[in-house]
Amino acid sequence: MKDEHDAGTAEAGKTPDPITVSGPGGLVVPAGVVLRRTPLRALAGAARGDLLATAGAVLLAAIVLAALLAPWIAPYPEDGGTATHPAQALLSPGAGHWFGTDQVGRDILSRILFGARTSLFIAVAVLALAAAVGVTLGVVAGYAGGWVRDVIMRVTDVFLAFPALLLSLALAVVLQPSVATVVVAIAVTWWPWYARLTAAVAQSVSARGYVDAARCLGVPAPVIVFRHVLPNSVTPVTVQLSLDAGGVILTAAALSYLGLGAHEPTAEWGLMVQQGQSLFTTDWWVVTFPGLAILVTAFSFNVLGEGLRAALDPRGRSR
Amino acid sequence: MPRYLTRRLGQAVLVVAGVVGLTFAVMRLVPGDPAVAFAGPRATEAELAAARARFGLDDPLWTQLWNYARDLARGDWGVSLHTKQPVAQDLALAFPASLELVGAAMIVAVAAGVPLGVLAARFKAGLPDFSVRLTSMLAVSLPVFWLALVVQTVFAGNLGWFPVAGEYDNSLDVTSPLRVYTNITIVDALITGNWPIFTSTLWHLVLPALVVAAYPAGVIAQMTRAALIEESGQDHARLARALGFGRIAVLTRFALRPAAGPVLSLIALVFAYAIVNGFLVEAVFNWPGVGRYAADAIRSLDTPAIAGVTLLVALLYVAANLAVDLLQGLVDPRVRGR
Amino acid sequence: MTLIEIRDLEVRIGGRVVSGVPELDLAAGRCTALVGESGSGKTTALLAVLGLLDGADVTGRVVVCGVDVLNAPEKILREIRGAKVALVLQSPQAALNPAMRLGTLMRRALARHGVKGAAARARAEQAVADVLLDPEILRRYPHQVSGGQAQRFAIALALALGAGVVAADEPTSALDVTVQAEIVAVLRRLREERGLALLLVSHDLALVSTVADDVLVMKDGGVVEAGPAARVLTAPAHPYTRDLLAAVPQMREQSREHRPDADGGEPDPGLRPGARRARRVTGSRRRRRRPHR
Repeated sequence: MKDEHDAGTAEAGKTPDPITVSGPGGLVVPAGVVLRRTPLRALAGAARGDLLATAGAVLLAAIVLAALLAPWIAPYPEDGGTATHPAQALLSPGAGHWFGTDQVGRDILSRILFGARTSLFIAVAVLALAAAVGVTLGVVAGYAGGWVRDVIMRVTDVFLAFPALLLSLALAVVLQPSVATVVVAIAVTWWPWYARLTAAVAQSVSARGYVDAARCLGVPAPVIVFRHVLPNSVTPVTVQLSLDAGGVILTAAALSYLGLGAHEPTAEWGLMVQQGQSLFTTDWWVVTFPGLAILVTAFSFNVLGEGLRAALDPRGRSR
Repeated sequence: MPRYLTRRLGQAVLVVAGVVGLTFAVMRLVPGDPAVAFAGPRATEAELAAARARFGLDDPLWTQLWNYARDLARGDWGVSLHTKQPVAQDLALAFPASLELVGAAMIVAVAAGVPLGVLAARFKAGLPDFSVRLTSMLAVSLPVFWLALVVQTVFAGNLGWFPVAGEYDNSLDVTSPLRVYTNITIVDALITGNWPIFTSTLWHLVLPALVVAAYPAGVIAQMTRAALIEESGQDHARLARALGFGRIAVLTRFALRPAAGPVLSLIALVFAYAIVNGFLVEAVFNWPGVGRYAADAIRSLDTPAIAGVTLLVALLYVAANLAVDLLQGLVDPRVRGR
Repeated sequence: MTLIEIRDLEVRIGGRVVSGVPELDLAAGRCTALVGESGSGKTTALLAVLGLLDGADVTGRVVVCGVDVLNAPEKILREIRGAKVALVLQSPQAALNPAMRLGTLMRRALARHGVKGAAARARAEQAVADVLLDPEILRRYPHQVSGGQAQRFAIALALALGAGVVAADEPTSALDVTVQAEIVAVLRRLREERGLALLLVSHDLALVSTVADDVLVMKDGGVVEAGPAARVLTAPAHPYTRDLLAAVPQMREQSREHRPDADGGEPDPGLRPGARRARRVTGSRRRRRRPHR
């Protein structure tokens, strides 16, 4: 009762007590929307009705394949790593090098293919870490309620006050720049979204009959939480995860661009943009293609996530 | 309302306390000795001890945290390692320029995003809707630093339509010096009638503001569309049509008002993100704001400056959230009534 | 004067007929009710009268105040909506824009139909007074008024715009019993005093028996029985109507009680000799079977 204004406790299915907005690139899911249709069926529906989401899914599948097969499909696999060919520096795009070569003569197409591995790894690692922490705390908060929830929600409020890129920036400065740093730094700023979202859903799930029934039967709280509340609370988080992947990739690229993430010789798109920027006016391809790779990847995650969200929205009107 | 207000303010105070604590914790993680960082690697033992005493590094952590918070409250945000100036003073100079850039970007974003959202909602599932969704999805997927580079190279470098970098033509400082009131150049130029600097600033603003506007414009268009579609499915929108209003009028004159709450809160939230996105753009366009300051600070591992920037943006974010809740009370009578 | 004339109306969504009304005539001062369970297509038929069915395939003939609704351009339809036919919806508060004072809504609606300034103010206050509301209500927001007040305001909107027909979709079912009686009283009075015609959609047979002159019983998108209320509700011909009536245990009591006036025991100014026979609805057989869902 006294918490009726807390955004984290928006009643399921009610209209927007506000929205939850995810980090940069993140999109919006009304807080506490309870999603009932299964993701798979929704995906099929989305594919039938939504050209954009379908395009996103196809693009994403291609990107994942490219990442997995990079060592085999890259024209110059050794260019994904330490190789340098000073004699072939800054060749413009042509038959031998479709996307041209960089300042040390590496094939840009090959580095972009290997870069897909870095970006997808970061996205998966960040989201797994953030979801593990966020969902656990969120479920506990939503189930326990009372002061436990108040404490957890205030802590998430504090973390939410830092835009993802900003806190990552501060963290990345004090930690040593590396891919792992980027993962930790972004995950630290990303988990509160899942905590909030899960808490709102778990709270409404916890109020349902079968949870009461389990409680009356004397089922221990941890079992109730993980067997009954958790499985029924995760769907909105899965949707949010697919919406957020694009934002994570953009944030990670920005950190690497600032020199706070991946460093030589790792193939990373943001880093490639940074290394090429002084050459942009004369050798346009060194910056253009890595940037497009970021754009396309973030775009395909975003449209897919958005399509998924729209398809799973029981009110089904946002599409 | 008063109870709601006090509760909301109480929450904000708690969050600010947490923000200060977290910033302090992050800065304490710094590997290496802050005293060395300040006094320099070749400092003598005595100089190091002096630096340590000056920053209270020998005190217990709780005392340090307390002193840190007390100093912040007094306006002492530490001394930057690379400018050797008080951080608060640096930020006070840099922040208005950031505000100018992000403010201009937000005006563009709202002016583009809301009408696009209305258009998409009106022609839901049609070609305009598809185009708006495609464009807005691209806008939120653009790496902002890359967009800044591309726009700068094409429109300023190759085509030469706009200035490459800076806030205004610095030679104007000699020919028509600016009298400073707000530190926001364009506002000062406007109120003092300094047209050369005003037009020059406006001209310099175009490219970076458009780049910063891309993300918020995309989000606002999507949100406006979704909120309008939601509202136009409500009975009150049906009644408005039954009263003889056309579809566009129902959207703009009836649905937009109840939808304004979520859209407004979104605008305030993306404002905070736009500030951070603006950092990357400032670095590219050499805009004399907090972002360029932060980029310099990162390069020189200037922890007090980083802490200051972090704190400033977090506080802004808390303030923006608070403003959203108050604004929502203004636009939505249902909230006001509570 | 026939205000609404429907012939062979069929509404298809995705190829399936969701609502079909073979014949319906509504004259000034009369009330025709569409009854049936939810999903029977009665609300759809109501919206068809206003030309508000976006995305549905509508065939047949619907003439409202001389305008062929299904073929008229949107511009003409906008002139009819509100000014000739007013819509009253089930949940009065949901039907009013939550972020708008009632007076603002009234003023905009009047301005839409060309009444502005002092004339608009006078009309608004008169209309509000006609439904026995304090003009002060115009300064309130929907969440600050009761359900009954909101519903009376919705009727006042129709009056202010001079609509001759009120199309009401379950106008009382979201209200308390006592408030229902108020709304019914207001509607009856307006019928008698101003010759307002009422197209009523309801599943509440008690309400229908007290106000309706004619009844169309709908099921699965078609009309199964039609005729004068007094006959249909006391001597139903179709088994479905009998089921509907049986589902309301106190129904028989009430209908007997109210029959005298529902049957036109008092002189009805809108009634001309023979009018009732002319309104006999021919499509009383169930015309088609719904395909299985």
